[in-house]
Amino acid sequence: MINVALVGNPNSGKTTLFNALTGSTAHVGNWPGVTVDKKEGTYKKGKDPINVMDLPGIYSLSPYTPEEVIARKYIIDDKPDCIINIVDATNLERNLYLTTQVMEINVPIVIALNMVDAVERSGASIDAEQLEAKIGLPVVSISALKGRGLHELMGRVAEVVETKREGSTVLAHSELIHLIGDVNIALKAKEVDNSLFHAIKLVELDELEVKEHSDLVGLVDAYKGTINDEVFGGDFEGVVADSRYRYITANYSSAYKQPKLITKVKKNNKKTDDTQTIVSQPLNNNLTFSDKIDRVLTNRWLGIPIFLLILFGIFHITFSENILFLGGIPAIRDYVSGAGSAFEGVFINGGVMSIGVIMQGLMGVLTDSIGGWITLGLEAVSSPEWVVGLLVDGVWGGIGGVLSFVPQILLLFLLFSILEDTGYMARVAFILDRIFRRFGLSGRAFMPMIMGFGCSIPAMINTRTLADDKERIATLRVIPFFSCGAKLPILTAISGAIAITFNLPGTEFITYGMYLVGMATALVSVILMRNTTQKGESSPFIMELPNYHCPKAMSLVLLLWDKLKHYIQKAFTIILASSIIIWLMTHFSWSWTFLPDGEIDSSILANLGMIIQPLFTPLGFGSQLGANGWVFAVAAITGLIAKENVISTFAVLAAVVSSGFDGASVDGIQEVSQMIGATGITVAGLIAFIVFNMTTIPCFAAVATAKAELSDKKQFNWTLVFWMATSYIVATMFYLVGEFIWPVAIFIALAILIVGALVLNNKAPNFIPNILSKLKIRRK
Amino acid sequence: MIKKLNEFIIGEKGIVKTVGGDGRIRRRMLDMGITPGADILLKKKAPLGDPIEISIRGYSLTLRNAEAELVGLEVIK
Repeated sequence: MINVALVGNPNSGKTTLFNALTGSTAHVGNWPGVTVDKKEGTYKKGKDPINVMDLPGIYSLSPYTPEEVIARKYIIDDKPDCIINIVDATNLERNLYLTTQVMEINVPIVIALNMVDAVERSGASIDAEQLEAKIGLPVVSISALKGRGLHELMGRVAEVVETKREGSTVLAHSELIHLIGDVNIALKAKEVDNSLFHAIKLVELDELEVKEHSDLVGLVDAYKGTINDEVFGGDFEGVVADSRYRYITANYSSAYKQPKLITKVKKNNKKTDDTQTIVSQPLNNNLTFSDKIDRVLTNRWLGIPIFLLILFGIFHITFSENILFLGGIPAIRDYVSGAGSAFEGVFINGGVMSIGVIMQGLMGVLTDSIGGWITLGLEAVSSPEWVVGLLVDGVWGGIGGVLSFVPQILLLFLLFSILEDTGYMARVAFILDRIFRRFGLSGRAFMPMIMGFGCSIPAMINTRTLADDKERIATLRVIPFFSCGAKLPILTAISGAIAITFNLPGTEFITYGMYLVGMATALVSVILMRNTTQKGESSPFIMELPNYHCPKAMSLVLLLWDKLKHYIQKAFTIILASSIIIWLMTHFSWSWTFLPDGEIDSSILANLGMIIQPLFTPLGFGSQLGANGWVFAVAAITGLIAKENVISTFAVLAAVVSSGFDGASVDGIQEVSQMIGATGITVAGLIAFIVFNMTTIPCFAAVATAKAELSDKKQFNWTLVFWMATSYIVATMFYLVGEFIWPVAIFIALAILIVGALVLNNKAPNFIPNILSKLKIRRK
Repeated sequence: MIKKLNEFIIGEKGIVKTVGGDGRIRRRMLDMGITPGADILLKKKAPLGDPIEISIRGYSLTLRNAEAELVGLEVIK
């Protein structure tokens, strides 16, 4: 089959084109660097099927970021039969800069000129034919989003793969062309493939190339003496980049016709540099749509408050039982007190509930009813008691407890995806970079972190956009602390149960508080790491700010559908299996005799649970708990497989532990409050339990991802140690603070001192040794 | 007169004359189109004064003052 690779700048629409061509549903976002790995699919609408490879977006074929290396390796080593170079028409010059590098490789190329419609909407136009004539490669205008021009594009691809193409360069007029020619001949003599491409990279003294052909470096160095560029001197990398852009501005940019209006304005302003106006894209003070939005969203004073407000809004819509705090207004409160109405509990409860809570409530009603039907059905065919128990408490209890939270998880995920799709996230990185730098990170680290609220796995993979290794390791390690969708049931169910059992108001604030604790832990850990084991400067922050655009319904729907499938799959595989195992282990003793509900204490699970239980005593959910206290230890351990297991474990065990519990209610909150009643755990212990689950080793899948992303095995092992230690220490702190305020104040003061000393030691080296030596002198 | 990009005020325009720095940072800036002859407009500064947002070759780019300091421009009146 023919192999085609999609190559282009970040955010130029490669993945949209990939999805349109192959019918797949890969994640698309409005943030440079959404695709960080290659993806494969098949185009089936042509005469013959064509294999399409989506590569990470790159600005250049230089070897500085992991994505650039992935793309470059694929193009050079895997030798696709054809390259589709996707060029964002709204950003012609910078996109063609990559084209001038790709065309140096011996491979047929078709240029897909994307977003021509957006250019035309702005009143400008692009002459694709003129561009094709100048550039010497086939150019096809497409709209990846609307699926226009795809057939023609793939038609041209099918034509050109039949031909052979030799690499060509735009550097013919550069002062370096003789050197390039000499190196090219030398490489050809060594029978190197793509000799032109390698020759130019070698002239630039590209790291990878110098390693490969160290024998030819002398040739380049000898040339240095003979050339002295007035701007770049002997810096050939600079000369080459500059020559490319000069060539583009002089030859290709004329394909871009500016809107008449702007040209007129320029004339009125008596612009003298007419040459610039013709060949270059407009650089004027007229505000674009994006600029107008940015005047507010990245405003000097409002930028940060607006960001915090948006973040609060997202969580408020997902978790609030009193949306917009309407319950606080007397007239509305009377109206929505809801007592006795059919809506109580689901839509209103002393306040109007948010969409997230309503969806969770409705889903809870549904899973409850299904549980009830299963019981009725089984009783109707007079099944034995253990069958009812296994299916209703074991199987459905576990699955239902997790499923009832799926709508809320999806809503949270949707809201963050909308923010990403509009292009706002890139602005947040811009706003926060200065703050992040204090912690030793660049603003770019913000994106994987916020992705962590959805799922740690793509978030960890996204850390590839961070160029500095140490910064990347530090960021990857704290990603699980940004509580993911699977941890949401733990938060909601336990804070809901705390509110019910201890009669505390404001469930949502316990939830927000827990999110904040996770973020604070991440922050402190990053500061500590960047000042100790992962010391280093934060990487440079040079990032494109994409234009704002309306989020695309289709891509959001696809994204949610993918996510929904993922959760359902998980519920009916991992969670189902774990639930059955847990149910069996609580109903059998070591001698394999079946135990009725009352004798759970002699079960296998209880035995195992009691062994590990003391481990969690400092955290408040260990040996100090009464009967059945081991369930919290067991839940924490099952959570290491998948975080949904924590609540499904409670759901399975609730029916067993609490005799009065009918087992038909599966909305998570009820189960947890049964557990609280049965074990006598304190609020502090519960909070510590949430904190532990939030900051400990994430699920199996995330651990596997971390292992794959951290190429160094030692770093991976330390990461596991880091997660265990952090969760243990932080949860212990929370328990101690909650239970015994005083001793803890000293503990915290000590912790602050240590962190402070480490930071100071980093800022002013030898701070700690100096103090220590002073102390020694005094002792003498 | 050559003025460094980090000394620009909002709304000021210039033509790139020199690009300093080395290694990864310099290469990145060149790749992003900050090369001699390119027009740059300083669009805005982040709420805390750093990083900055510029308009170059028809798109928006953000970079820190530390990186902007490496770019020398001739101011266009």
